[in-house]
Amino acid sequence: MADSLDENTLTVLARLSGLELNALERASLPDQFDSILTLIDRLQEVDTRAIEPLAQAFDHCMRLREDEVTSQNQRDLFQSLAPELVDGLYLVPNVME
Amino acid sequence: MKWELVIGLETHVQLATRSKMFSGSSTAFGADPNVHADAVDLALPGVLPVPNRQAVAFAIRFGLAVGANISRRSWFARKNYFYPDLPKGYQISQFENPVVQGGEIVFQAEGKACRVPLTRAHLEEDAGKSLHEAFHGRSGIDLNRAGTPLLEIVTEPTLRSVAEAVAYARTLHQLVTWIGICDGNMQEGSFRCDANVSVRPMGQVEFGTRCEIKNLNSFRFMERAIQYEFERQVEWIENGGTVVQETRLYDPDRDETRAMRSKENAQDYRYFPDPDQLPLCIDEAWIAAERQHLPELPAEMAQRLRDQMGLSAYDAGLLTVSRGWANYFLELVTGTGMDPKLAVNWMTGELAAMLKRADREISHCPLQPAQMLGLLRRIQDGTLSGKMAKEVFEILWEEGGEADQIITARGFMQVSDLSVLESLIDELMAAHPDQVAEFRSGKEKVFGFFVGRAMKASGGRANPAQLNTLLRDRLKGNH
Amino acid sequence: MDLNRTSLTALAQGLRSREFSSVELTRTYLERMAAHSSLGCFITVDPERSLLQAKAADARLARGESTPLMGIPVAHKDIFCASGWLTTCGSRMLSNFVAPYDAHVIQRFNEAGAVILGKTNMDEFAMGSSNETSFYGPVRNPWSTDRVPGGSSGGSAAAVAARLAPLATASDTGGSIRQPAALCGITGLKPTYGRVSRYGMIAYASSLDQGGVMAPSAADIALGLTVMAGFDARDATSVACPEEDFTAQLARPLEGLRIGLPRQYFGEGTSVAVTKRIEEALEVYESLGARRVVVDLPHSDLSVPVYYVLAPAEASSNLSRYDGVRYGWRASQYGDLGEMIARSRAEGFGAEVKRRILTGTYVLSKGYYDAYYLQAQRVRRLIQQDFLAAFEQCDVLMGPTTPTTAFAFGAKGGDPVEMYLSDIFTIGVNLAGLPGMSIPVGFDEVGLPVGLQIIGPHLSETRLLGVAHRYQQATDWHERVPALVQGGERG
Repeated sequence: MADSLDENTLTVLARLSGLELNALERASLPDQFDSILTLIDRLQEVDTRAIEPLAQAFDHCMRLREDEVTSQNQRDLFQSLAPELVDGLYLVPNVME
Repeated sequence: MKWELVIGLETHVQLATRSKMFSGSSTAFGADPNVHADAVDLALPGVLPVPNRQAVAFAIRFGLAVGANISRRSWFARKNYFYPDLPKGYQISQFENPVVQGGEIVFQAEGKACRVPLTRAHLEEDAGKSLHEAFHGRSGIDLNRAGTPLLEIVTEPTLRSVAEAVAYARTLHQLVTWIGICDGNMQEGSFRCDANVSVRPMGQVEFGTRCEIKNLNSFRFMERAIQYEFERQVEWIENGGTVVQETRLYDPDRDETRAMRSKENAQDYRYFPDPDQLPLCIDEAWIAAERQHLPELPAEMAQRLRDQMGLSAYDAGLLTVSRGWANYFLELVTGTGMDPKLAVNWMTGELAAMLKRADREISHCPLQPAQMLGLLRRIQDGTLSGKMAKEVFEILWEEGGEADQIITARGFMQVSDLSVLESLIDELMAAHPDQVAEFRSGKEKVFGFFVGRAMKASGGRANPAQLNTLLRDRLKGNH
Repeated sequence: MDLNRTSLTALAQGLRSREFSSVELTRTYLERMAAHSSLGCFITVDPERSLLQAKAADARLARGESTPLMGIPVAHKDIFCASGWLTTCGSRMLSNFVAPYDAHVIQRFNEAGAVILGKTNMDEFAMGSSNETSFYGPVRNPWSTDRVPGGSSGGSAAAVAARLAPLATASDTGGSIRQPAALCGITGLKPTYGRVSRYGMIAYASSLDQGGVMAPSAADIALGLTVMAGFDARDATSVACPEEDFTAQLARPLEGLRIGLPRQYFGEGTSVAVTKRIEEALEVYESLGARRVVVDLPHSDLSVPVYYVLAPAEASSNLSRYDGVRYGWRASQYGDLGEMIARSRAEGFGAEVKRRILTGTYVLSKGYYDAYYLQAQRVRRLIQQDFLAAFEQCDVLMGPTTPTTAFAFGAKGGDPVEMYLSDIFTIGVNLAGLPGMSIPVGFDEVGLPVGLQIIGPHLSETRLLGVAHRYQQATDWHERVPALVQGGERG
């Protein structure tokens, strides 16, 4: 079913996955992927045309939350974990190109 | 060649809930950065979303207001992409089977009735904000807005002019604020539109390639951005170019749209059902309950005002521009015996002008309907002339109080006593025999002269209608 | 007290009768943990913090509070956020993450007066079956230190096996409780999906993840589960059922119990020793009044392919939050924003995690979604239907937990799929959302433990625990301890 993983596909996958890949990974991933694809391609053996997908073991109705503010301001605690801050903002490289 | 403009709008309406779509954080605007970002909003490891019932209720209410189908069972889905203002690396939204499907918005544009079919309206969470100023080329992330509930309302591409697009957006804005699901504050981003714009030769059936203009947060910007984009695409094609599908931003300072980076356009969002949640179910009882919460809609009320009170379509439209206006009007005329036309004239005239000057919404009007009614009654019974009423109105606006009390205290009583008016006219005629002769010789023009003099002599307090009749009778010597 | 022979009930009795204090008990375990630190069971140990909790428990005991776990030290898998504790999920990505809040599970144990003994080692983000993917190094199987303990809850399993903790929490997405329990010769329970809140349990594959518990015996697990299970409004998938006392049916007799034996769980690929021990266990059950029924799970051989579509798909999305912006690892060198995110993630995640993220991205991407993701969900339904049909013929299902006993480090290092296939018997339970257990039923020819898997219908934990407990009353496999902790260990 699936084609084996070419360089270009791997680049797109890495970008969508937010992962930088090194040369070693680029070299070894296609073989590992082939093996995984062979495994999951076995799904094509079954005819499932009449079967509804099952997303959750129990797909009964979800409980909803009442519209109440229950969270307190814990900014200092949460921001003690942050790599870089300025004036209460999380600092990152410029988001505009 | 003649070109046709094709527009579809996607509007993000911030729902007026107290807490966020999936967390218990406050949605209040204007707090210090990241104060309203709790563990769920920050996407700390291990946290989970639980949907806000009120947000779903608001979506149902909207669906009912536009005559849409309400999905009895739907899933929230994840839309995956990396962006620093999107803490989870995915936005929880709806993809297949959104809560609201179909429906339509009906409005007037360029003098004709338009019906715009809606594709869908789905619930999703807002992203945070990136701030770019003053961080030495870096960006600061504020996640207070992250997770705020949004209803994204999507039209079919059936809008054919800038005026139609703007009229649609105004009508939608009126509707979502009217039914109380959105505060409508465009400056704070509570109501913002993305416009999908394409052009095609007039008569062609196939659509042209569209560009999406993001984040139009005022009607004026929407108007200018679409107009600019229309002209840009036409010019580009006429010069031999091909429009490429892309996302563009409107820059109000330069009055132009600019392409965002092309990477945005190579996205693959990998939507899939959010495995942290179960199906969202909406039963008949819930829908019936929301129907109870739905007020009379603006179009229905406008029709009622025309039918029951004999208002013009124009006046009825003005009064139903918002719940605030409509309620104010209804308080003036319901069970008070007040002439609806008089009430409309004063609301759309003096009151509207004063509110505009003071930059206030009618919901924050210093003049309560009861005070206004007190004033209108004295106009209706002839106690006040139009000119005097305006003065009393201004005093009421500035100082408050009751119209009657102001009239008595400051002597704003209109002179309607016949004997007073008669002796006043007699004195005038005696003092100006030449003008009397002129009038009697057929020069009716001098009538105005006598009216002016009489008014002045009465200190502006003469009842104009009575003065007119009396003066004409005397001048013609009919007694 | 002899930690090799004790039970939770005995420890609780000792605490209540002031035979020893929680501080003494906690200190004893901490010393034992230090003596066996080479097993690599724990990522974080914080004696001061633990002893502070023990002291508080002693005060509550002195006031006469006596919940079953008051003052009992419990080891927690490092997948559960515990306020003030480093919570790494076995990853460099979270190697600096001191959790600012308690998972529901931790909160429940804290409220019950249990003492946090430490945070146990695990495969990175629970992705692994050997504990070899942990950023913090391998965990050694106490029965043979050149063997893996299984995974991903390898630290919890080895800690319980070596009696470094009387009880340990764990989580199970495709077998991560039952498989290491089997390989380490202890008892492990993966509850029904939704029975234990996932709030604060770091997500791997949300629709499959379920917190559970490990201990030497089913009786101890029943006590632990009674504390940790329960409805939580913060988890939309939490099952709203009344709180249960899972110890209530431990003594229920097994007469008439119908044990379903799935044909597909008894074939080639399972080692001779494992097959023999399972057969012997079934004979014990027959002697206790149960009878065998052969059942069919026709789609069970597709459970591994289904799992390796669905779990990576969910994981690829669940792990997107680790972007180096708000917490966690951030690369030291980077240029633009995209590079900061991609490099932080490249440095923060290990090879197996990256492989699963890429696989997940692949099966969700345009052109593959229907063929892989949706197809996997459809087959998932078939697998669930197989189980539900089987339970019309029997009360519980039994079979081997794993095809073989513990394997050596590096034995399944080359092809990732080889490792994936070692979960063949456990994955179906997660796909169907069922409760499952593994109990020790003897050893292979080199002295490595063998586990029997017991699977029940949804929400049948009480019954499952009874089935396990009756066996454990008739046998003593669960009381065996590895040689390396025998003798000279009295505290």
